[in-house]
Amino acid sequence: MKTTSGQWPLWEVFLRSRNGLHHQHVGSVHAVDAEMAVANARDVYTRRGEGVSIWVVPSAAIVASDPGEKGELFEPALDKVYRHPTFYEIPDGVANI
Amino acid sequence: MYSQALDERDGVADEAVNAAFEQRVAAEEKVEANDRMPAAYRKTLIRQISQHAHSEIIGMQPEGNWITRAPSLRRKAILLAKVQDEAGHGLYLYAAAETLGVSREELVDQLLAGTAKYSSIFNYPTLTWADMGAIGWLVDGAAIMNQIPLCRCSYGPYARAMMRICKEESFHQRQGFEIMVTLSRGTEAQRAMAQDALNRWWWPSLMMFGPHDSESTHSDTSMRWKIKRFSNDELRQKFVDVTVPQADFLGLAVPDPDLRYDDATGHYVFGEPDWSEFKAVLRGEGPCNAQRLAHRRRAHDDGAWVREAAQAHAAKQQAEQVA
Repeated sequence: MKTTSGQWPLWEVFLRSRNGLHHQHVGSVHAVDAEMAVANARDVYTRRGEGVSIWVVPSAAIVASDPGEKGELFEPALDKVYRHPTFYEIPDGVANI
Repeated sequence: MYSQALDERDGVADEAVNAAFEQRVAAEEKVEANDRMPAAYRKTLIRQISQHAHSEIIGMQPEGNWITRAPSLRRKAILLAKVQDEAGHGLYLYAAAETLGVSREELVDQLLAGTAKYSSIFNYPTLTWADMGAIGWLVDGAAIMNQIPLCRCSYGPYARAMMRICKEESFHQRQGFEIMVTLSRGTEAQRAMAQDALNRWWWPSLMMFGPHDSESTHSDTSMRWKIKRFSNDELRQKFVDVTVPQADFLGLAVPDPDLRYDDATGHYVFGEPDWSEFKAVLRGEGPCNAQRLAHRRRAHDDGAWVREAAQAHAAKQQAEQVA
């Protein structure tokens, strides 16, 4: 019995479910090249018409933020509630604002 | 995988980190691939998700057995689509397991070497066409019962894979029940075939929920970590409660002399599966264990030249681009 030889590169798969919407991450596939990655993504992730467009990106090319730095990165936004429209009080009787 | 590089440090048993993790999970916060997590949580998930993936891949065989003999083109197209779905489910799950830092090759090699487990149900043979009905109805029905709570699993990538799978499993169960309806409304021989299939698949389906809660080794921790939401016995009861009325509808008899409806509790009371058979199948002594693995190894070896050719082609294309 042969064991599996050589790891095929991993690709992240993004689908646009219909025009007008963003591509969204749906999972990943292994493939030797981009062409095969698109073909595999089609077979694995669009068997029921889930997409009209596929993006594949080498997983190694994705740069992710460090979850350990979640605090420093995202906390500055949390104390700026005045960025939300609900922060402001509009007197009763004022319309269309 | 984009998540792997950040994981190095959590081999260290850091009590503060583990406590914070327990708190997050208890608060129903989802855990994502590159979050810090206890090594045992990671290990449990790798084991469970990969066993699940292997089950989908081995699960292609009992039904693949009937593709060429399906009684009509419609049934053949449906069965083909179903088996293709099982392959897809295996791939979603391998991908989810890989986010935990294990390689696809390692997992596949464990399956081929016979060191990894997969669901015991796939070690039973599919003797007649009615088995395609019984598998869809009972085996996929039991699988759905097990899998729906996993859509809320604390580990995000697993939960998301399960959501896709559950959506697709519903077709599997319904096509199986449709086969049972057709057979049970058919000739005497067809009815007998349907009854025989129910007789053979009923007990193995109940065993799919695993041993009694009192004997289940990983249950408590998995519940605490929100990997598991209901106990084996709870899910088994739920399955019996929804499935017996369906058997009644088909006019088929569930092969359990102890089965009765209990008015007081609103649940069915049912007999004890043969746990010695369950353990034997898990030990590799089921009717088809050897055959299933031998087939998987053969398919893997027969495909080796395709994998090598694809890799050689990619390498050549790349070399030409550089030149």
